[in-house]
Amino acid sequence: MRALRTPVGLAAGLLLVLLALLAVFAPLLWGSRADAIDTDALQQGASAQHLLGTDALGRDIFYRVLVATRLTLGLALVATFVGVTAGLVLGSLPSVLPRWAGRLVTSAVNIAVAFPGLLLALFFAVIFGTGTVGAVLAIAFAITPSFARLTQTLTASVSGRDFIAAARVCGVGRFRLLVRHVLPNIAEPLVINATLAAGSALTAFAGLSFLGIGVQAPSYDWGRLLGEGLNRIYVSPAPALGPAVAVVLAGLAFNLFGEAAASAASHRQVVRQRSKPLHESTVEERDGEGVLTVRNLRVSFPGAAGWITPVRGVSFTVGQGEMIGVVGESGSGKSLTALAVSRLVEDPGVVTADRLEFAGKPVTETSPRELGTSLAMVFQDPMTTFNPTRRIGRQLAEVSEVHHGMSRKAAFERVVDRLRAVRIPSAAKRARQYPHEFSGGMRQRAMIAMGLMGEPRLVIADEPTTALDVTVQREVLRLLARVREERSAAVLLISHDITVVAQTCDRVLVMYAGRIVEELPTAELFTSARHPYTTALLAAVPDLETDRDAPLAVIPGRPPEPAEIGAGCPFAPRCPVADERCRNEEPELTEVEDGHRVACWRLVEGLPGLDDAMPDEKCRDGELRAGRVS
Amino acid sequence: MTQVVERRVTGGSWLPFARRRAVRFLTSLWVLVTAAFLMIHLIPGDPAREALGMTASPDVVNARREALGLNDSLLTQYWHYLGDLFSGDLGTSLVSGTPVADLIGDRLPATLQLAVTAFLVVVVVAVPVGVVMAVLTRGGRRRGAELGFTSTSVVLAAIPEFLLAVGLVSLFGVALGWLPVAGRDAAGSSVLPVLALAIGPAAVLARIVRVELLSVLGNDFVRTARAKRLPARLVYVRHALPNALTATLTLGAMMLAGMVAGTVLVENVFAWPGLGSTIVGSIQQKDYPAVQGIVLVYGTGVLLVNLGVDMVLALLDPRSTIREA
Repeated sequence: MRALRTPVGLAAGLLLVLLALLAVFAPLLWGSRADAIDTDALQQGASAQHLLGTDALGRDIFYRVLVATRLTLGLALVATFVGVTAGLVLGSLPSVLPRWAGRLVTSAVNIAVAFPGLLLALFFAVIFGTGTVGAVLAIAFAITPSFARLTQTLTASVSGRDFIAAARVCGVGRFRLLVRHVLPNIAEPLVINATLAAGSALTAFAGLSFLGIGVQAPSYDWGRLLGEGLNRIYVSPAPALGPAVAVVLAGLAFNLFGEAAASAASHRQVVRQRSKPLHESTVEERDGEGVLTVRNLRVSFPGAAGWITPVRGVSFTVGQGEMIGVVGESGSGKSLTALAVSRLVEDPGVVTADRLEFAGKPVTETSPRELGTSLAMVFQDPMTTFNPTRRIGRQLAEVSEVHHGMSRKAAFERVVDRLRAVRIPSAAKRARQYPHEFSGGMRQRAMIAMGLMGEPRLVIADEPTTALDVTVQREVLRLLARVREERSAAVLLISHDITVVAQTCDRVLVMYAGRIVEELPTAELFTSARHPYTTALLAAVPDLETDRDAPLAVIPGRPPEPAEIGAGCPFAPRCPVADERCRNEEPELTEVEDGHRVACWRLVEGLPGLDDAMPDEKCRDGELRAGRVS
Repeated sequence: MTQVVERRVTGGSWLPFARRRAVRFLTSLWVLVTAAFLMIHLIPGDPAREALGMTASPDVVNARREALGLNDSLLTQYWHYLGDLFSGDLGTSLVSGTPVADLIGDRLPATLQLAVTAFLVVVVVAVPVGVVMAVLTRGGRRRGAELGFTSTSVVLAAIPEFLLAVGLVSLFGVALGWLPVAGRDAAGSSVLPVLALAIGPAAVLARIVRVELLSVLGNDFVRTARAKRLPARLVYVRHALPNALTATLTLGAMMLAGMVAGTVLVENVFAWPGLGSTIVGSIQQKDYPAVQGIVLVYGTGVLLVNLGVDMVLALLDPRSTIREA
């Protein structure tokens, strides 16, 4: 019972045990006292002698509440049992019956489930008559539809799984399939919901008895005691409040226990807050002014076992009008770097940097207006980056309305103009459409147009072409190149595809495990890349001369998770030339030529043998590769 | 793709949706009407004898059977019942002898007043509270506030409305004497019933709004809105909230239907002269025509609420998922 491990679940569990004990022993211990008529103490209020006062016959209400536990709980449980069983049968029927009959049952349940339980209970109370049996049946049948619906949904969700298909293929009959394979797999949510249903059955029963259509005198449950007490609540509130508190406590015990069990079942993990990570700063290696200056950027998130740092000390500069590519496998930290420099990493993520400057000012001091108009973002998946409930035009116009104080009309005109600028046909009509009416490529162009609503000095494009097909990819890349030419905006293009970067950018930053491992001009990419990871990436790209019968070249192994990074070079486990030092000490980014920086011990030491170590490496003809896509 | 776009632009999915939804509404209505009719016939034994008691003479019982039309064949009765229903005749109350339609006309406004006010209170309270809590506790911030909020709402939601009503009466009505505890005539008499009805659903809805908004806040388009450097208020209210509305409305509708039924209990606590106190009296007195009529009113109310919400959802959701579902 995982539910008992949480304090709430434990308290609710203890309360349930107490209630069960009361139900068993209270009538034996105090049954006679609860029924003792005392004509000298009629309708008294609360006193030391009678904790909750006495009723019209002078019977002690406190003991009556204790004794009524048995009937109240018993009736609620019986009603729940009957209702849940009926619901299970009704809910499983569609999977056993012929299709038309199953559909009939389903639609009947769908109609019944629309009506609130109390209304169904009143309806059945009319049929079964007022009284204990009638109320039990009424509440049971009021539970039935929702439970049938639950069983249906759960059954349907399990039926799609592989093991059910396998059992079906093996010729297991429908009924056996249901009992042996489906029901055991949905037992947990059913039990949890039955617990919750018991709680509501208890309160519903109290409601019916309170209304006078449940338990009838001389029997009494909490609801009936409550109804009797309410008549004189002006005179003394205790006789009504006592049973009311009992009902609330019991209902809460069932509900909280069910909730605790449900949250234990869904394995909710709580991330504990820890002290913020300490980031050591490193000496600034290279100076330079540009649109974007980043020095020793680190991004950390609290994890289950302490802080995880997916970006570990990244430094680079983007010059005016420059187009820079960032490549790396997924998880290398390139997207987080982009979010961090544009101040979009949210709590609990922590961003630190020795310098993080946009247009010569620290990003933290740049006003939202300046960021909103001069820093444009293009994200990966154009299907999800627009708000589905708002028209494209309105989403673009917002930028100018908020940051330029434009009127709605003026902003809309600007939207149409910008949509035209990114070559969206019939821009005025398109601006009035919703995102789902745009194709993927068109959305990405609209996204760029959104950036153009201001006067961008830097466009950060995070995998802008990954979700698009090849012809559309080219259009979007051309558009970015055009933006850069016409508006002299710098572009930071992030991609996992080294060919995309190679054909469009001036410089390439290669990222691995949260660090830049190589930085070099694109022109030299295919001729003088020095880091083993970069050369492996290049070798993994197939081209026209790749032998199509041979398996595609891959980099063996996988990149480390941020939490797995140890002391050595993170690429060492996958590196063909790694030695002892690589495994123990992480290399720093070092300038090997002008504009070419590499973080690798083996290169700095000047050891040869890289090309021999990369057997799949064949062609270094950059033009051919670039020509493949462009 | 273009075809799909064309069809959606011209709103081609509206007609099938309206037709399908109308069919479902009418089917449910027919089931409700038939169930209300069969209710009397499902009563074990003779409903007239049940109503009049064991001591009544056979003649009186027979006269009652005649008055209820129980001596005709079942199909004839059903036919008459449907015909009467269409002409607005819900039968005559056995206890008061007045037409059931008049009885309902008398009592329905009080119930509607209660249900509608309570629903408005729920929405006005729960949506802002849910939004604020979502914003405050997003990304695992303020664990303490989150725990306090969720446990309070669980406890409030678990207390049935009639017990809340009793608590409110004893506190504000009896102990403090601030507000009237019964009836509908005194000023402020609707405050406690509305509160009793609204507190539980408000707690549930606030929780739902918070959870839905939190899941919306993780979406890419929220990041886009932040990348545009919109003020936080616009990000939450303009971009995130509308996307959380679909689920909120769906669950809100179920609660509204539940509140329609909840009025029954609350009206009984506060002696509110609405349908709820009437139906209970009628069930106890075995006034079957009255019960039948009131059950029809409640059931139709629930069906109308569900229909209305589906229409609102179809209007609000430009992707029209519900229309195509």
